[in-house]
Amino acid sequence: MIKGAIPAFKEFGIFGFIFSTDWNPTEGKESYGAMPFIAGTVITSLLALIICFPLAFSTSLFISEYYRKTRIANILSTLVDLLAGVPSIVYGLWGFYTIRPLIAELGYSGQGYGIFTSALILAIMIIPYATSISNEIISMVPTELKEAAYSLGATRMEVIFSVILPSARSGLVAGYILALGRALGETMAVTMLIGNANVIPTGLFSPGNTMASVIANQFGEADGLKLSSLIAIGLLLFAVTAIVNAIGKVIIRKYA
Amino acid sequence: MQSLQLSMQLARSLFVNTHRSMKKRKALIDEKDNSNWRERKSKLFFGTVVVLSALTISPILLIVYELLAKGLKQINFDFFLKVAPDTLQAMTAVRNGEIIPGGIANGITGTLLMVVVASVIAIPISLLIGIFLYENQGKKYASLIRSLTDILQGVPSVVLGLIAYIWIVQGVTKGFSALAGSVALAIMMLPLIIRSTEETMKMIPISIKEAGAALGVPYHKIILKVMIPSGFSGLMTGILLSISRVLGETAPLMLTTLGSTTVNFNITKPTSAVPLQIWEFYNNPNMIDLVWSSSLFLMAFVLTLNIIAKRISMKFS
Amino acid sequence: MNDKILQISNPVLSIIDLSISYGEDKYAVKNVSADVKRNAITAIMGPSGCGKSTLLRAINRMHELYPNIHTKGEIKLNEESIYDMSTTKLRRKIGMVFQRPNPFPTMSIYENVIAGYSLNGSKLKKSEKDEIVESSLTDVGLLDEVKDSLNKKGNFLSGGQQQRLCIARTLAFKPDVILMDEPTSALDPLSTAKIEDLLVELKAHYSIILVTHNMSQAARISDNAMFMYLGELVEYDKTKKMFTNPKDSRTEGYLTGKFG
Repeated sequence: MIKGAIPAFKEFGIFGFIFSTDWNPTEGKESYGAMPFIAGTVITSLLALIICFPLAFSTSLFISEYYRKTRIANILSTLVDLLAGVPSIVYGLWGFYTIRPLIAELGYSGQGYGIFTSALILAIMIIPYATSISNEIISMVPTELKEAAYSLGATRMEVIFSVILPSARSGLVAGYILALGRALGETMAVTMLIGNANVIPTGLFSPGNTMASVIANQFGEADGLKLSSLIAIGLLLFAVTAIVNAIGKVIIRKYA
Repeated sequence: MQSLQLSMQLARSLFVNTHRSMKKRKALIDEKDNSNWRERKSKLFFGTVVVLSALTISPILLIVYELLAKGLKQINFDFFLKVAPDTLQAMTAVRNGEIIPGGIANGITGTLLMVVVASVIAIPISLLIGIFLYENQGKKYASLIRSLTDILQGVPSVVLGLIAYIWIVQGVTKGFSALAGSVALAIMMLPLIIRSTEETMKMIPISIKEAGAALGVPYHKIILKVMIPSGFSGLMTGILLSISRVLGETAPLMLTTLGSTTVNFNITKPTSAVPLQIWEFYNNPNMIDLVWSSSLFLMAFVLTLNIIAKRISMKFS
Repeated sequence: MNDKILQISNPVLSIIDLSISYGEDKYAVKNVSADVKRNAITAIMGPSGCGKSTLLRAINRMHELYPNIHTKGEIKLNEESIYDMSTTKLRRKIGMVFQRPNPFPTMSIYENVIAGYSLNGSKLKKSEKDEIVESSLTDVGLLDEVKDSLNKKGNFLSGGQQQRLCIARTLAFKPDVILMDEPTSALDPLSTAKIEDLLVELKAHYSIILVTHNMSQAARISDNAMFMYLGELVEYDKTKKMFTNPKDSRTEGYLTGKFG
């Protein structure tokens, strides 16, 4: 299936100037390089993962450890699932009309566009994925182990950090890697918030573009060389997401 | 005799040693007792967890609130029946402080059209693949297909849009079209339905299949008349969930069907879709109000589908 | 009822009118009162569901982990109420060994023995830690078998060895009381015998309360025995006396195999 598309990518690639071999951090009119977008994607996704981690981890602990199997845990769990059901364009809108002015007001960035804003929205979008996997992994830690730690006089927090975390470590890592994979490919929300600048972002709040958002932003009037570069970027994005997701799935399979 | 003395000596020294270290050890642990501080740390940690969890769910509540607050006023019958207004109409309305005329009929019909076509393409293929995977659990080529499905699931929707662009827009229809959009959506639906089909089939007790075989029923009939009806709710859940997922997709449609200002049922021509319209409204400063109502509509639809799917799956298991 | 309950002077543990329920009114333990002898093995026996494990777990307040369990009554350790001290302190004085051996799988054997200290955030010098590990492993008779693999994780050990490791982990604190919840029911007869011998040695320095569904085990190694039935403490006496001359007909019924 997918293999059908690759010849097209490669074909254009050979025509074009600087594709699969040579990534220059330049984006002029005639020479296209993917570096700014790779940088944009990597930075926003990693930042999103960092922001998402404390939130998702706390929520998982809440649901599967502290308030396990209670009604409030169920409600919380459903609400988190709802987060996953929001279409990405709606996130983009909300980010655009609500979060962006906030950032602008706080004085961090002129209009509020930028890496940080997109990373923030991205983080919110990937929380449900990270949380649901963490939930499963954390609840799989056997009760006996926890009881053994308690019987030695450990406090709740100590049990979490010394027993649950080490047991669950690989599963949690896999969960976050999969969440990262989701963040890498997210398009609409990022497109609306990142500021559409085809350069490597210079600071936390400066604008930029990711591989996904540049395709969305510039596809409209693209043709010829520009078009093929965009397609090549798509191929790259595909490769990156496939690899990240594969790593995550392998870890989960090995673990569980 | 000697061994008895030896073991007695051993026992005695053991006893003395333990006793000695017993006294010393008691002093150690009591001296360094910090359990109060540890308890407080634990409680503090718990408090942090609660606060962060509350923070986590706040976006969904905020979003829903915002959509309701800003979107409700634009919703009326016209919303569903009329086509999107042009800029002039919208501008006049806004200036007069009125509700913008028109609606998103072209978007709704477009989305419906494409989802139906996508389902027609995706559902039979995924059902077949799902059943195939179920029937061939341990085989090598089955695991290969399963891995490919997993990879497909992780592919970002933009990339699928690109693929549909190359195959259909360039290859088949020589121009943007609803067909391209449907193909992109169909590819997105495949992994979800395949996986849920396989899982559903696995959950059906094997005795049912065997009962069919024992009655001399040919294989394809067993699948059609026995297995699928038994697993119907599970299958429906998978299908509904995948539909709800593609309803909100914008990026792939931007690359494939482009959008249109009229209601259109010709799949070889560009068509509109609800998320596309939201994007158009967003880009047009006069149509901002419509953004909220269409988003509200979209979200309500997606949520409803999700809730229905969950209900079905709960009734099932 | 009093003549069926053993009286003990200077007990290490006193249980006073203890009742434990799940939810509002499902009582698992009803009004149990008993004193536990110092430096002895006290067995708690009874048919399945009689409340013996529930009673045991109340002694180190394990029930507080589960919100739907309600406890009424008093328990005193050396005259001090266990509810007056923090659970972290309590569980250093009263250790617990579980039915299925549960060494921490991500820690080495060395780390497992010292786990009580590290979990409690105790900072000990390496020499102190070494001494604790060595003496605890010696006390359970495991040192020779593992001294060359102290830094390996314990999953290559047999069930019996793992259980002895868990006992060593408990001994590291030199607790006053060791609670054992059917410690040998998951082990083979040979390992069971080894652990029973170990318990007899240990009682010189520790007070051991042993829940067991195996009557012969109780008869073999315990000094005193409690018989529980449907949540009540029916009889509590010196083991030899109870086995040869039970005072209650229910005890007799259980011991002669009429039920349970």
